[in-house]
Amino acid sequence: MTTAVAGTRKARRVSLTGNDAAAEALRQVNPDIAAVFPITPQTELMHKFAEFVANGKVNTDLVNVESEHSALSAVIGASAAGARAVTATSSAGFALMWELLTVTSGLRLPVVMCVVNRALSAPLNIHCDHSDTMGARDSGWIQLFCEDSQEVYDTTIMAFRIAEHKDLRLPVMVNFDGFIISHTMEVVDILEDADVKAFVGEYKPEHHLLNPDEPILVGPVDLPDWLFEHKRANIEATGRAPRVIREVMGEFGRLSGRSYDLIETYRASDAELVLVALGSTAGTAKEAADELREKGVPAGVIKVRSFRPFPGREIWEAMPKAKVVGVLDRSIAFGLGGGPVFHEVRSFGYEIGARVPVVSYVYGIGGRDINTDHIVGAFEDLQKIAATGQLGERYRYLNLRD
Amino acid sequence: MKIKQGSTWRDVPEGGHVLEPGTSAEYETGSWRSQRPKFDPSICIQCMSCWLFCPDMSIKLDADGKVAGVDYRFCKGCGLCARVCPANPKKGGAHALTMEVETEGGKR
Repeated sequence: MTTAVAGTRKARRVSLTGNDAAAEALRQVNPDIAAVFPITPQTELMHKFAEFVANGKVNTDLVNVESEHSALSAVIGASAAGARAVTATSSAGFALMWELLTVTSGLRLPVVMCVVNRALSAPLNIHCDHSDTMGARDSGWIQLFCEDSQEVYDTTIMAFRIAEHKDLRLPVMVNFDGFIISHTMEVVDILEDADVKAFVGEYKPEHHLLNPDEPILVGPVDLPDWLFEHKRANIEATGRAPRVIREVMGEFGRLSGRSYDLIETYRASDAELVLVALGSTAGTAKEAADELREKGVPAGVIKVRSFRPFPGREIWEAMPKAKVVGVLDRSIAFGLGGGPVFHEVRSFGYEIGARVPVVSYVYGIGGRDINTDHIVGAFEDLQKIAATGQLGERYRYLNLRD
Repeated sequence: MKIKQGSTWRDVPEGGHVLEPGTSAEYETGSWRSQRPKFDPSICIQCMSCWLFCPDMSIKLDADGKVAGVDYRFCKGCGLCARVCPANPKKGGAHALTMEVETEGGKR
């Protein structure tokens, strides 16, 4: 079925899982190189893409490597050679890539990687949480989170433009929740192939290893005399990321009719009780906020779409009436309490002088279910704190046997 | 963009890429040595083994292409040249290149 999306280009409306949506985006982008190793729940993504390769739908060289360490290594080499290169992984595979994550960002290679978020062992678990990607929150990658298959499709396309932007040239992770998004069939609007092709454009690296007219060295030894300066330059590039991401999202919005920003606010501008969330749970939280609004409870939600760079100031500015803020974390900051999103939000609150109590909710570890009732419960906690002025336990858990 | 005295983090090439060829000629590594090759031209038979084996092009040649000594700006003191330098029977089995403990702190 073909439908016209509001105010913009023609689109096909199809049913896709998150993995299929990412594969469809990659088909339209037609990257030069994909190097992958299968791991649940990412496997179907590259399985689908491998079909496109086998059926001649793309010109991509698909490299089947022997581990995720090799997958990212191959992608780094390809990217340094001037190719548009992608990979995808989950969980332990992501962990095995760790060494190369900082190599990718340190060499300023615009690699795009889909991370289908899954818990880290032990005990062994194949289901969703954000422990994998959160371990890399200081690795120098841009980390974007998706709420549904549509966002997976859109974000995967935008990721190339963001990564390859001349002011950035930084690798981008497109994160989406394992199984919850990756294996759930949803309705997705797909742009025309030609529109996506025109949007991402031809990749023209400024410098690359296969240019005989400009012999260069990539990845030299950088001893105490210059590594600090190179890392400082990376901080500067990352600082430009919010502007670049917004530019690309704006342009994509004009093409697709779907507007994106670093955060998405939902009934937050007048909300006194605000929950901050990443990924699919943001959708559940919006549903819970609707339920409570019907009862007159001033609940709102802020979805963090870009975790790195972290839009702390934007988050706080989007909830000017907040009396209590709860932050939902699908990963754990051991030895610190709560999870990483909580710590970032609270830290930025201090920076802008917000005198608002912030409560941490860790939830959904190892794919533990989270539904609107759990989130309504969290909003009710916030309501109690706002009414009594008593914070109680700062570090809380949702749907934990307690 | 070239790193020079007074350069800051604002001047470094993206990702630490080295964008020009041959820049190692400007990068002195002679201060790394703990041993210094000593060259005696009166013993040398010009077999060129040291020139061939030196991993860092630190054996200097004169205008006639003959071994003329060691470039101490780059020589890291690995000792390969002395190891491959043959004994000269006419000089009592002496070698033209021998390693000594570096005592001059990498001076040329």
